[in-house]
Amino acid sequence: MLSTYQYPKFAYTPPPELAAGTVRRVPVVVVGAGPVGLATAIDLARHGVPVLLLDDDDTVSIGSRGVCYAKRTLEVLDRLGCGDAVVDKGVSWNVGRTFFREEEVYNFDLLPQAGHKRPGMINLQQYYLEEFLNRRAAALPAIEQRWKNRVVSVTPQDDGALLKVETPDGIYALAADWLVVADGARSPIRRMLGLDIDGKIFMDRFLIADVVMQAAFPPERWFWFDPPFHPNQSALLHREADDVWRLDFQLGWNADPEEEKKPENVIPRIRAMLGDERPFELEWVSVYTFQCRRMGRFNHGRVLFVGDAAHQVSPFGARGANSGIQDADNLAWKLALVIDGRAPARLLDSYSDERVYAADENLLNSTRSTDFITPKSGASKQFRNAVLELAREHAFARALVNSGRLSVPSVLVDSPLNTPDGDAFAGWMLPGAPLDDAPVRAGDAPGWLLEHTGGGFTGLYFAADPARIAAPTRAAFAALAAGPLPVEVVVVAARPGSVDGARVLVDADGLAAQRYDATDGTFYLVRPDQHVCARWRALDVAAVGRALARATAQA
Amino acid sequence: MSLNLQPNFGEPGQRYLRAYTPGDDFYEALIEAHRDLDDEHSQRLNARLILLLANHIGDLGVLRQALAIARDGA
Repeated sequence: MLSTYQYPKFAYTPPPELAAGTVRRVPVVVVGAGPVGLATAIDLARHGVPVLLLDDDDTVSIGSRGVCYAKRTLEVLDRLGCGDAVVDKGVSWNVGRTFFREEEVYNFDLLPQAGHKRPGMINLQQYYLEEFLNRRAAALPAIEQRWKNRVVSVTPQDDGALLKVETPDGIYALAADWLVVADGARSPIRRMLGLDIDGKIFMDRFLIADVVMQAAFPPERWFWFDPPFHPNQSALLHREADDVWRLDFQLGWNADPEEEKKPENVIPRIRAMLGDERPFELEWVSVYTFQCRRMGRFNHGRVLFVGDAAHQVSPFGARGANSGIQDADNLAWKLALVIDGRAPARLLDSYSDERVYAADENLLNSTRSTDFITPKSGASKQFRNAVLELAREHAFARALVNSGRLSVPSVLVDSPLNTPDGDAFAGWMLPGAPLDDAPVRAGDAPGWLLEHTGGGFTGLYFAADPARIAAPTRAAFAALAAGPLPVEVVVVAARPGSVDGARVLVDADGLAAQRYDATDGTFYLVRPDQHVCARWRALDVAAVGRALARATAQA
Repeated sequence: MSLNLQPNFGEPGQRYLRAYTPGDDFYEALIEAHRDLDDEHSQRLNARLILLLANHIGDLGVLRQALAIARDGA
């Protein structure tokens, strides 16, 4: 098959422990250098935590696999330092179209609102995402990457875990204070530890073909129910980078995967879908089934599970890799605070609570999509087709068409880390919500609100005029910055000005104030992962202190 | 009163983070109601359901509009 991509080969070097025979102890071992393991390692390193990253291979993901990366993932990647590389190489899109038989019945726009830095989705082959993350990881001295290092045993202990690691030159032992398991859906470590993951397998098979071709189709997601070129099944088309196109055909449970993968069977399907004689080449073909399941908890003492190792969903909705990146985003700041002794270990219970909540939302939505796409009974199919027929003309039915509810970050409304509102707010920036972006100016430089938050705790102070912020409020900014858990205050102001000890962002269009339902003096306390943890109509340092204690499991 | 053809699912007092959620909640409940029924029993369920909902709507003008749209595609 043709390849548009040159796979990098990462150098294996024999670990020094092999010759020395000593057992090295490290603060964190991350197992698995896929997108989620890499994101966790990079985020931890940015918090100053040294990470040993082990992977049993020496290259990136083979075949394109994960394709769609959502706006929230891009915002996290911005903070990790590879958002631009991913967006520049990827294909940005916002519009999805759904067809039933010959006609379009429904379309959606993921980002109906202007004034956000990142698009609703980009499509990019997973190997590129991993390459960019690897490049970033390699530039961080706090990360030590070891290729061809396979974990073959794990012994959990009260203060960490003992690992045995197999290399081409033999096995060595390693001790970790904390073990982050990002070793994928089949998670060998989950099995070694005898931990359960419960859910169901769907009785359907899908053919994925990545093809290389010249085509002028717009960068949109096209989904077909029962198309003339593939009767009684569904099909999906996505554009990727390098003139690669992702085609996905539902095959049904009785299809023979080995037969379906043969080029002589794949090519006619593609030819029928394209409907013309344009030349194309196959780059990757596979037949997959999927499961919807999750572990009961994602933290087990000193062992923390992230990404597919902890939870798996159907691909409809792009909720797999995207939710894994959010796991990393949620875990890294908490683990860094715990390692640093600035938060108790029980803060990590909230990692599991919050991400189990998110996983359940992803499982619910992706299961519903799957049930719509693959009706399990005659009655179910009749309703599905009736919805699609009515959708041509009637708005209510269009809203019921479900070809995938695409990944959006969970609003962690039930999180124990939130401080419930005491003041009245309209809109959706609830405690637990991921921050909405808005265009702002820092001095003369145009930029985005999200670029000025995250990493540590941030306070967004909304002001009509920076010059009129009273002295006690300015003193409060200084007190927050000097606390044991420093809060960096960012003033979001309607007009330019300067404030000692705080960054001033000008919200010239008023979009930030509008999206946050902010008035003069409104204060938002924001977590390091850019979720709201509390908000008030006026700044009170003591109240912020209580909210910080709560957000770090100290209350 | 005319037949409402705009998205209309929801529960009083409930705010939804995602517009599709109440419709998807209904659709799941509808399909779940048919679980493990054969075609004949599914048809009976549908007939009973239509009668219940029609009585609840009551307004014959609205019902005639719905019947006309449903018949049109059948």
